[in-house]
Amino acid sequence: MITAFLIFWPLVASVLVFAFHSYAKPIALTASIIELVVSIVAAVNFIPDSSTQYSINYSWIQSAGINFHVGIDGISLLLVLLTTFLIPFIILSSFSTNYKNPSVFYGLILLMQMALVGVFVSLDGFLFYLFWEMALIPVYFICLIWGGEGRGVITLKFFIYTLAGSLLMLIALVYLYFQTPGQHSFDIQQLYAAGKLLPVREQGILFWAFFIAFAIKMPVFPFHTWQPDTYNVAPVQGTMLLSAIMLKMGIYGVIRWLIPMVPYGVQTWGESAIVLSVVGIVYASCIALVQKDFKRLLAYSSIAHVGLISGGIFTLSKIGMQGAMIQMLSHGLIVFALFYLVDIIVARTKTKVIKQLGGIRSQAPIFTTIFLIVMLGSIALPFTSGFVGEFLLINSLVKYQLGLGIAAGLTTILGAVYMLRAFQKSMLGDTGENTSSFMDLTTQEKLVLYPMVVLILVIGIYPTPFLKISEAAVNNLLTIVTNYLALVK
Amino acid sequence: MNALYIICGLGMISLLAEIFNFKKALFPIVMVGLVAAITVAFLDGGNADQAFSNMINFDRVAIAFTILISITAFSWFWMAKDYFSNDSHLTDRSAIVLFSLVGAIILTSINNMVMLFLGIEILSISMYVLAGSNKKNLFSTEAAFKYFLMGSFATGFLLMGIALIYGATGTFELSKISVFISAHPSDLPSFFYTGVIMILIGMSFKISAVPFHFWAPDVYDGSPTPVTAFMSTIVKTAAFAALVRLFNGCFAEISATWLIIFSVIAAITLVLANITAVYQTNIKRMLAYSSVGHAGYLLIAVVSSGNIQGVILYYLFGYSFASLLAFAVITRLEEKNESLTIENFNGLLSRSPFLTFSITVALLSLAGIPPLAGFFGKYLLLSLAVGSGHIWLVMIAITTSTISVYYYFKIILAMYFKKSALGQIDLRQSLKILLVLLLLIVLVAGIFPDLFLSLL
Repeated sequence: MITAFLIFWPLVASVLVFAFHSYAKPIALTASIIELVVSIVAAVNFIPDSSTQYSINYSWIQSAGINFHVGIDGISLLLVLLTTFLIPFIILSSFSTNYKNPSVFYGLILLMQMALVGVFVSLDGFLFYLFWEMALIPVYFICLIWGGEGRGVITLKFFIYTLAGSLLMLIALVYLYFQTPGQHSFDIQQLYAAGKLLPVREQGILFWAFFIAFAIKMPVFPFHTWQPDTYNVAPVQGTMLLSAIMLKMGIYGVIRWLIPMVPYGVQTWGESAIVLSVVGIVYASCIALVQKDFKRLLAYSSIAHVGLISGGIFTLSKIGMQGAMIQMLSHGLIVFALFYLVDIIVARTKTKVIKQLGGIRSQAPIFTTIFLIVMLGSIALPFTSGFVGEFLLINSLVKYQLGLGIAAGLTTILGAVYMLRAFQKSMLGDTGENTSSFMDLTTQEKLVLYPMVVLILVIGIYPTPFLKISEAAVNNLLTIVTNYLALVK
Repeated sequence: MNALYIICGLGMISLLAEIFNFKKALFPIVMVGLVAAITVAFLDGGNADQAFSNMINFDRVAIAFTILISITAFSWFWMAKDYFSNDSHLTDRSAIVLFSLVGAIILTSINNMVMLFLGIEILSISMYVLAGSNKKNLFSTEAAFKYFLMGSFATGFLLMGIALIYGATGTFELSKISVFISAHPSDLPSFFYTGVIMILIGMSFKISAVPFHFWAPDVYDGSPTPVTAFMSTIVKTAAFAALVRLFNGCFAEISATWLIIFSVIAAITLVLANITAVYQTNIKRMLAYSSVGHAGYLLIAVVSSGNIQGVILYYLFGYSFASLLAFAVITRLEEKNESLTIENFNGLLSRSPFLTFSITVALLSLAGIPPLAGFFGKYLLLSLAVGSGHIWLVMIAITTSTISVYYYFKIILAMYFKKSALGQIDLRQSLKILLVLLLLIVLVAGIFPDLFLSLL
């Protein structure tokens, strides 16, 4: 029942927001906090083994073998928690801005939450696809209605790009569906079984169909071209939704659907995927080096970080997977905080060009401290959450192939270069005309940022409980895949 | 079967309304009559019924299509109320529309080439008149004339095809023709195949598939908007019902003859229509090309194997109601004497949020975005095609539906993104109720497709 609540409560809440639109803000915030509390209850009662818990399985569209089958295992749980944790803060972060039509704005965020949770708990191929696509609509409208200059064309590009990828995935799913025996079914176990029976060539084709869909969402080089522009024009809440949560849909898709479904295809083409990821890391880091615009810099750094996660997963090793899990959490928190901090800068100085900033430290020490911690998390300094994830991921890549590992390790170095330089130019030095009256953090901003900073440090210092949640599920997944691959050989 | 009688009766009553002067009461009578027709069709469900010496055959499929057509007609009358009230030709118009419905329902249940011809002619001749019913408008007259010329051409092909098939088989009856085909698998005369191809061409005209689509944009654009809505929903549904009965029923055994032709037609229809739609600035023309494009998707189902009727029925269901929703909004805009270019949708969000929301949902459904009916229709269709091994058609369909997102979203962009200097638009209560009803249908059909699939 708890899973159904997690999916449908945001839907109910969004209806409430539409209905009582003069109270949109408090209703949205309360609803998202209730959702958070329920998800924490689910996490506390969760038994950390490899089983799927809280599952629900109703027959939905009988004639097509489609069931409403949802459930939570360790991998899902981490992402559900990330979603339910971040959404209240995303809503809270918008309170200082007066958006027009607030009820629509918060309604769309809540609808987005429904779709995101749905993606992370679906155990039926069709249901997964449905939520996957539904996540696109609210964020598209958020960016379109409240976005910045030139949003029309850019958001349309984003929409068409991701839709094209999703349709490829749909065809792959339908193809697998027809491989299931007897009365065809979209059940995840049946799809796994059907996919494994396919010969290597077909597994390879399916691999690419799924991979492109997921790679566009993440985005992995060379499918990233929509991302910097979209992050740039989206309102900051849209950017947070896209970068902190939505991007994890792609990574989750690889772990939950791609790897167990066509393991042989992954085995054959995994190296290409890793190479693409690593190329993306280096490429995006290099571009980030020369960015003048703060938001674009973060967008490219996000591509680099995601490349590392995707590379780590395709090594099919336990440290790679676990590193990816923890890095997804960490990246979600850090990127959320970074975009928020930059948004605060933009709101106060009316500029996002790094050069025009400077000297913020002398005006706003708390702001600068927070910024420093979050940034250090982003460049993976020890004792921040970024370190744990990146360490495990780079480790897995080094074990996979030394050269790739070293190339991937560049993220940390290049990341340090562009981040520290940006920090130096914006926070240190003399105050300019833009920053001369920079106000320090308000209470509301502190309310949003302090929990992030605390979590970044907690995960960095003591990551075990978080790693424990997904460990059994990841182990189980890898055992199944390795056994299968051994059998095939 | 009884639904057909009821609608015939309604047509007669419309004619009498002028003589006995109860024009005011006519509209309610028609609405009640259509509800009765829908109810009767539902009650008929399952009981196959043959009539007129086996010339029409009301089987489950025919009844399901009849229900679809009647419900669409009901919503259409509701939407097009003004089309009947603002003019002195009220009774003529409603009689013509009702008789064209009769033609449509005959087409869903044909079991005889003569009925095919009769159905198509009853439907088409009514449409020629309706297309030109805005006599003061030159474009309307042009549309009627063009439609008539092209339609006559198609009818010529159709008749020639029927004659050739009669010459080869000695019968007009579809079931006997199909028996004849099975009895003579290899020694059918070559002019029989020519006949099949001619019928194929004639039908392609009627469903406006490329390269027989040239009439569609001008006719859709020139006709009064309610008539355009009628053509793109009911006429299309009826034509496809007949097409499926002919090719997936009667000519199923010689699919080698027509399968490849329809596949190619489907492919070029998808590509050409969707690409041309991108460049349209007039919304009615754009919807015309989109309607041609949807014919392409439906043809994919025709060349597949499996539950073809069910898929086509569901797809047409989703398509018709999304189209009606879009046309209801367009009609309202047109009442304000506004031209129908895309610029005219600029800033609609601030002028009327509800209209904006309605047409957004309609366009999203036409573009096939979940969880709306258009998505599930497209899903069923593509999965049918994948199951029959037409991967290349599926790839084309996917590419073109990505393209279609571009032109549907152009309107959405204009509504949400651009500014407008025009004033607020007020909505009548009845239009609001209709929009809510159509929205619910599009949404519920998408989330619980089993409700509708079980009709068959």
